[in-house]
Amino acid sequence: MRWHPVLAIVLRQFYLMRGSPARLFPLVIWVAVDILLWGFITKYLATVAEPGFNFVSTLLGAVLLWDFFGRVMLGVTTAFFEDVWSRNFLNIFATPLRVSEYVAGLVLTSILSSSLALVVMIALATAVFGLSVFAYGVMLVPFLLVLFLSGIALGIFGAAVVLRLGPAAEWLIWPIPALLSPFVGVFYPLSTLPAWMHVIAYALAPSYVFEGMRAIIAGVTFPATRLLWSTCLSALYILLAAAFFARVYRHAVRTGLLARYSAETVS
Amino acid sequence: MASPVLSVSALRKRFGDKVAVDGVSFEVYPNEIVGLLGPNGAGKTTIINMILGVLEPSAGAIGIEGRDVATQRAQALACTNFAAVYAPLPGNLTVYQNLRFFALIYNVEDSAARIEALLGQFELKAFRDVKCGLLSSGEQTRAALAKAMLNHPHLLLLDEPTASLDPSKAREIRAQIRELARRHRVGVLWTSHNMIEVQEVCDRVLFLSRGAILLEGDPRTLPREHGKSSLEDLFVSVAREPLTIEAG
Repeated sequence: MRWHPVLAIVLRQFYLMRGSPARLFPLVIWVAVDILLWGFITKYLATVAEPGFNFVSTLLGAVLLWDFFGRVMLGVTTAFFEDVWSRNFLNIFATPLRVSEYVAGLVLTSILSSSLALVVMIALATAVFGLSVFAYGVMLVPFLLVLFLSGIALGIFGAAVVLRLGPAAEWLIWPIPALLSPFVGVFYPLSTLPAWMHVIAYALAPSYVFEGMRAIIAGVTFPATRLLWSTCLSALYILLAAAFFARVYRHAVRTGLLARYSAETVS
Repeated sequence: MASPVLSVSALRKRFGDKVAVDGVSFEVYPNEIVGLLGPNGAGKTTIINMILGVLEPSAGAIGIEGRDVATQRAQALACTNFAAVYAPLPGNLTVYQNLRFFALIYNVEDSAARIEALLGQFELKAFRDVKCGLLSSGEQTRAALAKAMLNHPHLLLLDEPTASLDPSKAREIRAQIRELARRHRVGVLWTSHNMIEVQEVCDRVLFLSRGAILLEGDPRTLPREHGKSSLEDLFVSVAREPLTIEAG
C-alpha cells in the first residue's frame, strides 16, 4: 500500500469541505442538533421519572455513540459519493490508484471526519447536559472501536452497493443506520425484543456495545469476552465488506459499468 | 527500431452477444502519434478504456512499456495518462486542487513546480483558483490536458482532445502535443473526427470499422492508395461501405 494516493483521497475531501461549508453541516451542526434534542428529552424524562435512573448516561450516551457509528459509516459513503456526484470514476480509476488504496483513502477520510463529529458531540453533551464519558470507564475505548469498525464495514458495503446498482441506489444507503437501530437496541435492552429479532441483534456487533453500556451504568459486570466477540465480529464485517467491494469493482471493470457509470441506473 | 510504448495484441471485447472489439492488434512507438479513426460505435473508446484498465478485455493482451495492463496495472498506468471530452475534471474542485489531487495520485516529484509550469503552458494561470465546473468547455479541455501531462507520460491517450476548442486554441494544442511527442519521445494515441487535424498531426492512422482494423497507413497517402481524394472521403467510405474498402 502506497500512502500518497491514500492521502490524495483525503486531500480531495479536505478541499471539498473547505470550499463548501454545507459539507461540514452533517459533521458539526446535525450532530449538535441531535445532542441538543436528546439532551432536552433526557432532562425532561429525569423530571417525570422516579429518581435513581441515570438518563443522561443511558439515553444521551446512547445517542452520542449511535451518532458516532452513523458518522463513521457516512464518512466512508459520502467520500465515495463525491466521485459519483462528480462523475469522476473514469478519471480516478484510469490512474495507478489501486482499489485497496482508494478504499483506504475513504476510511482515513472517515476517521478524520467522524473524530471531528465525536469531539463536537462530547463537548456539547458534557458542557450543556453534564454527560461524563468517563462514566463508561476504560470500556469506552472498546465501545468506540467496535462502533468504528462496524461503521467502516457498513460504509464500504454501502459504497459497493451504489457502485453495483448505480447512483440512484444512494437513497438505499442513507437510512441504513435508522433501519439497524431497532435491532441494535440503542435505547432499550435486547431482552425487550421478540425472539426472531434477537437472532439479528446478536449478529450485529454494535448490539453488544449498547448492552455493555447499560450494564456499566447499572453497575453490573459486562463480560469482556462479549466485547471481544463483538470486536472480532466487526473485524469480520470489514473483511467481508472489502471482499464485496473488490468483487463489485471487478464486475464493474469486466462489464464496462465503471467506464460508463454516469448512467442513472444499471440496465 | 525502438520498443513500442504501447502494444495491443489480438484484443477482443464482447458485451453479451455483441462484439465491440474484434481481434485488434497494433503498436504505438515513442515519438509517434497514431490516429485511431472510425465512425461512432466502431470501438475506439472501448479500446481506449481497455488500455486504461477500466474495462477488462474478453481476450488479448495490452502492454505499456512491456508491462501487462492485466497483471501490472498500477506500474503500466504510472507512465500513462489521458484526456477525453467525456471525462472532464471534477467541477467542484478548482483547477489547482484538481491538479494537486492527481499529482499526489501519480506521485509527481516537485509537484508544485510542475503544476505551475502546466498552468502556464495551457494558459490556465488566470483560472488557477476557479472551480472547473465554472470554466468554459475549451478551458475545461485545457485543464484536462494539463492533468494528462502531469506525470510526464510516455503514453498519452487523447480522445477527441480538441473537440471543444476554437480553431486557434486547437492549433496551439496540436502544436504543443506534437512538440511533446518529439521532444520527450511520447507515444500518442489520438482519436478525432476532424480529418484535417488527423492529417496534420498523426504519423499513422488506424481505421476501425465494426470493432476491427480495416486500414492502416500514412494519413497523407492512404486516401490516394484507396482511390479517394481526401482522408474525409476515405472516412465516409469506411463508415458507409466498409466491405468495399476491405475488398479494394
